[in-house]
Amino acid sequence: MNVPEIFETMEYGPAPESRAEALDWIAGHKGRFGHYIGGAWTKPGKAFETRNPATGEVLAKIAQGSGKDVDAAVAAARKAQKAWGQRPGHDRARVLYALARIVQKQSRLFAVLESLDNGKPIREARDIDIPLVARHFYYHAGMAQLQESELPHRAPLGVCGQIIPWNFPLLMLAWKIAPAIAMGNTVVLKPAEYTSLTALLFADICREAGVPPGVINIVTGDGATGAAIVEHPDIDKIAFTGSTEVGRRIREATAGIGKALTLELGGKSPYIVFDDADLDSAIEGLVDAIWFNQGQVCCAGSRLLVQEGIAETFYVRLRARMDKLRMGDPLDKCIDVGAVVDPVQLKTITDLVAGSGGEVYRAATDIPATGCYYPPTLITGLSPADRLMQEEIFGPVLVGTTFRTPAEAVALANNTRYGLAATLWTENVNLALDIAPKLAAGVVWVNATNLFDAAAGFGGVRESGFGREGGWEGLLAYTRPKGQSKALAKIAPYPAPEEADAPAMDRTAKLYIGGKQARPDGGYSDAVWSNSGKLLGHAARANRKDVRNAVEAARGAAAWSKTTAHLRAQIVYYLGENLSARTGEFADRLRDLTGATKAKAEAEVDAAVTRLFTWAAWADKHDSRAKPVPMRGVALAMNEPVGVIGAFAADEAPLLGLVSVVGPALAMGNRLVVVASEPYPLAATDFYQIAETSDVPPGVLNILTGPHAELAPQLAGHMDVDAVWSFSSSDLSGTIERESAGNLKRTWVNHGQDRDWTDAAAGEFLGAATEIKTVWVPYGE
Amino acid sequence: MQNPVAAVPSETDTLSKSAAGRTLPLVQEQRNEPMPLDLDWVRAAAANTSAIERRAATLPGRRSVKKDHQAAWLLRAITLIDLTTLSGDDTEGRVKRLCAKALNPVRKDLLDALGMGPITTGAVCVYHDMVPTAVAAVAGRLPVAAVSTGFPAGLSPFHLRLAEIEESVKAGAKEIDIVISRRHVLTGNWQALYDEMLAFRATCGEAHVKAILATGELGALRNVVRASLVCMMAGADFIKTSTGKESVNATLPVSLVMIRAIRAYHEATGIRVGYKPAGGISRAKDALTYLAMMKDELGDRWLKPDLFRFGASSLLGDIERQLEHHVTGRYSASYRHGMA
Repeated sequence: MNVPEIFETMEYGPAPESRAEALDWIAGHKGRFGHYIGGAWTKPGKAFETRNPATGEVLAKIAQGSGKDVDAAVAAARKAQKAWGQRPGHDRARVLYALARIVQKQSRLFAVLESLDNGKPIREARDIDIPLVARHFYYHAGMAQLQESELPHRAPLGVCGQIIPWNFPLLMLAWKIAPAIAMGNTVVLKPAEYTSLTALLFADICREAGVPPGVINIVTGDGATGAAIVEHPDIDKIAFTGSTEVGRRIREATAGIGKALTLELGGKSPYIVFDDADLDSAIEGLVDAIWFNQGQVCCAGSRLLVQEGIAETFYVRLRARMDKLRMGDPLDKCIDVGAVVDPVQLKTITDLVAGSGGEVYRAATDIPATGCYYPPTLITGLSPADRLMQEEIFGPVLVGTTFRTPAEAVALANNTRYGLAATLWTENVNLALDIAPKLAAGVVWVNATNLFDAAAGFGGVRESGFGREGGWEGLLAYTRPKGQSKALAKIAPYPAPEEADAPAMDRTAKLYIGGKQARPDGGYSDAVWSNSGKLLGHAARANRKDVRNAVEAARGAAAWSKTTAHLRAQIVYYLGENLSARTGEFADRLRDLTGATKAKAEAEVDAAVTRLFTWAAWADKHDSRAKPVPMRGVALAMNEPVGVIGAFAADEAPLLGLVSVVGPALAMGNRLVVVASEPYPLAATDFYQIAETSDVPPGVLNILTGPHAELAPQLAGHMDVDAVWSFSSSDLSGTIERESAGNLKRTWVNHGQDRDWTDAAAGEFLGAATEIKTVWVPYGE
Repeated sequence: MQNPVAAVPSETDTLSKSAAGRTLPLVQEQRNEPMPLDLDWVRAAAANTSAIERRAATLPGRRSVKKDHQAAWLLRAITLIDLTTLSGDDTEGRVKRLCAKALNPVRKDLLDALGMGPITTGAVCVYHDMVPTAVAAVAGRLPVAAVSTGFPAGLSPFHLRLAEIEESVKAGAKEIDIVISRRHVLTGNWQALYDEMLAFRATCGEAHVKAILATGELGALRNVVRASLVCMMAGADFIKTSTGKESVNATLPVSLVMIRAIRAYHEATGIRVGYKPAGGISRAKDALTYLAMMKDELGDRWLKPDLFRFGASSLLGDIERQLEHHVTGRYSASYRHGMA
């Protein structure tokens, strides 16, 4: 078309970004890449091709990492870790700062390469991915700088194995590497097989940034390479971002071997539009929610929930907006929607939509004849029971339904196994701030969507994984408490004596479920003997049905999680008061149970009273934070209860171990199913009398007794339990971590190591007893 | 290219035929007749500032128009300019010069190189006293727009504001740019705003009326969307951002709010109302962003002078330099182009 013709048609023309520099860089590596291990490139060996999904052209040959390559990378990381971890924080800050600067200086090269390899529009790579990468390294340069003064009690984990997805290749690399190396860890990172190139370019700049050899190692390859990392015995921590399916397998594979684990998995995030919202802005928000990065975004607002009265208007306007989206060459600067990452992904999306009911609307946009393109699609009229309302599509497909009331919006929003992100649109601040805490999600955006920043934690609940990336909370995933622990020996109960010393009056200890004393479902009990052969009583032997009943009671006590911190504080103080009033009796019980001296037993009771006061004190002092994100608005990091926690109390400290779990769980608003010390259960059953007299609402605290090893799979496998802790001297860690994979509940287990119960370890317990939800609230009138 | 706003110019039709080298179907827009004030609609209208600002901020990065397309778009932008002089020191000589530039905005050698026939700006825009001079100077080849109703503050006696419209229409102005009473918006007196606009519209008669909202003085985008709706309900043919005299004039966020109001009005009534951002648009790149925004948010129909104008004075100079750059491959200088 010539100028006069265009003058009439006013069409957009091509606006291609140059690919020359990116191709030059690939050519500079002769189109073949090895791994980056110990600060040097390995010889390219067995390789696979990486392609541009927009054209199908081969961009380069990428090495398929073998077990040996992973071994070499881990060895290099191990070798480098000690020195790196011991360097002053300022030294590490300099390296991270240099990485941030060099990413900025090479920003266009990174952006073009990312677009070529992944298919995402150059605008997104240029304006979103790469600036966020630089931001992440800047932010964590600061964390390295502040580590000694602000995190004096935390130490690096060691060598971290990191496996990242193909949707935000370099950004996910930054999210993984920056906090890890800032805290003094070294890493072995595997980029996704479809999108290795920017990680390899990053390896190039590591050398310019003065990253010491071995601190950052990049091993490329497919799932087999990832498995080699997951299973490697000398890796201390696995961080994975990817599908829930693979995340579950990693959880199982790492169960019981003492590797730290964080998982950032899939989602089916709700996008709620109330009838008073700015509809046009909410529609534009959907462009950023589900047509950003072709919908290949774990936190994509993919489930549209519109208030019924405005639904038709909203859909009409939404379809009109969809028709204006421009799909095509990702390197065109005038393109909204690029190519999906691979023909395999294209087929997955196509098949899922083909099998769907509802009214399917495809944007009336031109679709390139070749390449992996799928048009922006809206499916309305679905119900929560439809497959596409539940399953992640990971493509530019939005599914929608309507709701009547705010309560119904919340119910529909939370009707999912996932819990990554949620978006809500309303002009009513009362409604927004009421709904945000009710949504089961790690991130909530109010009147916005897909906002990210290094200062604001990101991560999910439920089957969207656990752990946070970004912010202070993200550093917990790359550090551990300083100090050494010892192996914890299994404590057996005192055996039945030859001659029983029966009590004058039989005493009955039951289970404590839903605020009531309950006989065990199985009808079995175990005699509890003292060291001197005194029969102290019988402890009920709880079974799976008792676990079920206790969890049901805990689930039903949801009001506890919504009550005020002030009220929770009062009740936990009251537990302390009532325990204190019975110090002598509890001390006697402890002496009988454990054979402790009078002084030691009294000390444990006193410590337990103190511990309850400590947690009562914390109840209203675990402040949420407001994050200084780079926009006009706040990102609130809100501490929320985890939900229903199952816990195996310490065997060795039957009272102090119990209240050390009860205190933080209740103070932070959780409901608890706690299994008492297995050899010494009767302190816990006495304690329920304290609970009964302390106004603990029914179901908030449930106490079971019985064999830990039998109850662990039941509690850890229960789909309605949100977290399981174990301080048992039985070897439960592997069982709990493996069984937790079912609903990917959070776990905190001792891996057979002891704990000093004289220390409240408030930081650790606060972290375990809360989920941090990031609520983004942009503002301005 | 037709020009129904001015409701004149067979000349313009001829002009654009030659410019384009082919004819376009003549689209005669139905004029926006007033409808009853719908306060439910007005009060329910929302504008989320931060979301609108984010959309506005990403617009320039989302759309890029290059090479021949850029040249063509910039030529189109010229045909949408209300070339404006609104100064206390305006004289007949100054206004004649402006009109001459409006009729001949781009050097002929540049147009030739681009394969374009002659083009003009969309209109000229002057104060009432300059209307006769301008009407004579453009000789029917362009509409003359007059700012009116006590421009820019709009605080002269109401009957005088109406009289000013009458006088300008009588003097030959085909378009009247009225200013609304900001106080009606700031006090939420939508009925008063509606009544005022209705009176202005009636007084304009056949002349088309552009309602200047003075958005920089309305305090909130929520007020902008509500004032936009009220003015359209009262029969505004165009809604316009600003007088150019406020401290903040046309911005992308304000424009988004106003054109989304236009879109909603079109959805509800089937009537297309025009949009005129004024003040602060001085770079060719800005003009391209505005055009892309109109195209994406409202559609191609709003890329024509009967539905879209730039109120600008220095924009043309920058576009001329860009066009010369396009033709020669070398950056241009302002003195190489005739001044207004």
